[in-house]
Amino acid sequence: MKAFITVSGKDTIGVIARVSNQCAALGINVEDVTQRLLKGMFAMIMLVDLDHCTVSIDEMHQKFADLGQEMGMQIVVTRQEVFDAMHNI
Amino acid sequence: MSMFNTGDILETIEMFTEENLDVRTVTMGISLLDCIDPDPQASCRKIYEKITTKAANLVPVVETISREYGIPIVNKRISVTPIAMLLGACPDADPVDFAKTLDAAGKAVGVNFIGGYSALVHKGFSAGDIRLIESIPRALAETDIICSSVNIGSTKSGLNIDAIRLMGQAVKKAAELTADRQCIGAAKLVVFCNAPEDNPFMAGAFHGPGEPDCEIHVGVSGPGAVRAALAKLPKDAPVDQVAELVKRTAFKITRLGQLVANLVSEKLGVPAGIIDLSLAPTPAIGDSVANILEEMGLEQCGCCGTTACLALLNDAVKKGGVMASNHVGGLSGAFIPVSEDEGMIRAAESGCLTMEKLEAMTAVCSVGIDMVIIPGDTTPEVISGLIADEAAIGMVNTKTTAVRVIPAIGRKAGEVLDFGGLLGYGPIMHLNTRSPEVFINRGGRLPAPMQALKN
Repeated sequence: MKAFITVSGKDTIGVIARVSNQCAALGINVEDVTQRLLKGMFAMIMLVDLDHCTVSIDEMHQKFADLGQEMGMQIVVTRQEVFDAMHNI
Repeated sequence: MSMFNTGDILETIEMFTEENLDVRTVTMGISLLDCIDPDPQASCRKIYEKITTKAANLVPVVETISREYGIPIVNKRISVTPIAMLLGACPDADPVDFAKTLDAAGKAVGVNFIGGYSALVHKGFSAGDIRLIESIPRALAETDIICSSVNIGSTKSGLNIDAIRLMGQAVKKAAELTADRQCIGAAKLVVFCNAPEDNPFMAGAFHGPGEPDCEIHVGVSGPGAVRAALAKLPKDAPVDQVAELVKRTAFKITRLGQLVANLVSEKLGVPAGIIDLSLAPTPAIGDSVANILEEMGLEQCGCCGTTACLALLNDAVKKGGVMASNHVGGLSGAFIPVSEDEGMIRAAESGCLTMEKLEAMTAVCSVGIDMVIIPGDTTPEVISGLIADEAAIGMVNTKTTAVRVIPAIGRKAGEVLDFGGLLGYGPIMHLNTRSPEVFINRGGRLPAPMQALKN
């Protein structure tokens, strides 16, 4: 099961490291990463595989929400199918 | 080198987090035709059992999909066969017992509304219809999550003026019986012309007699996402580009709805019915259809040009959505409920949006005079006249129109009525009070227009 983790907000040091660490701790494999500055805001997108995630979906969402709050950024996890449906014909 | 389009992904996330994009409702349509019984208690028992069996997993399954996929899904609802059809078999029953049964069944499965306390009387009354209509005010006052609708006309059959007279009385009475609760009864009652039988949105949802035993409908929303997309378009871009952008956005929003419909249908083992691709506003800032019209270039919703902008919007939403879904149905277009739309509320408060302009707008929007608060002393005949006007627009233009007005008992034009929550609040709008009483009391059936003769 593939998903995108999107991280957005004011750029800070160690964004990729902290989100990647959280992924590793939860058994989530990172397959691709991209980042860019958009309107002065930092945005990072990670394509991840949730098949071996060691916690429940709810707990995973909570962990990333907590991390986002800690970093002062917004972290959202959304299944890949959502983007496929909306953007691919 | 990346294998995904970051722009697309960020656009979607922004729609969810900043622009209030959501799937507004997953509505399970359930036929109650197999619950008809001459013994009302037996009928109610069957209704309760059928709803609590069919919809047992509706709420948990939808909530799981919402969490798992990261898609906000706001409401879980049920629509049922018009109760008047069941009432016909038991002439001595108290119709309100059926409403209470639906209320209890809906609460047992955790949905927030259940629609179908309804009658279809566009050509005339059959057994059960008048009893149901007369019981509506009491049913809405004595239950919490029941919604009621009555279809009083259609392009094919004309307008049932007797039913229109009764509905003017029912709307007024529904408000009076709930005067201590912001007249909420009237907010749960819709009077239709050309009512769709597969509409997932409340208060007008019911499960038509031509529908299958059980199915899943999805209503998407997203005025905020459309407005945000338009905000990025230069102010000198021609209207063709405005229409194109609305279509593209509607396509994306509808695809999201189709995805949810497929997922819910598969998990519940219930066939997917239709996607209703309506732009349904909420009182949240920015989630407004009026704001979209203003983004197109109007100083304020209600000014000259509003009807044209709304016509463009309603049509482009349909065109964009229709390719994104296997089956488009319901109301599909732009809703213009006053009290549920922050931009409409402001326009009504400032006097820019009048009742007459609203009526013109309903000729090109997807529904009608919706969530409009009118003075508490409005007579039932004036309400009936308003219903007749609105129904005539729907009948002649082969479209759905509806009236959902709330007489604010004890209050006058210019004051405010606040429902709280999704129903919002709004100023009490001025209504022409000259009487159409003689016309309404004539009764009979207003003949179907030429458009009916298509065979």
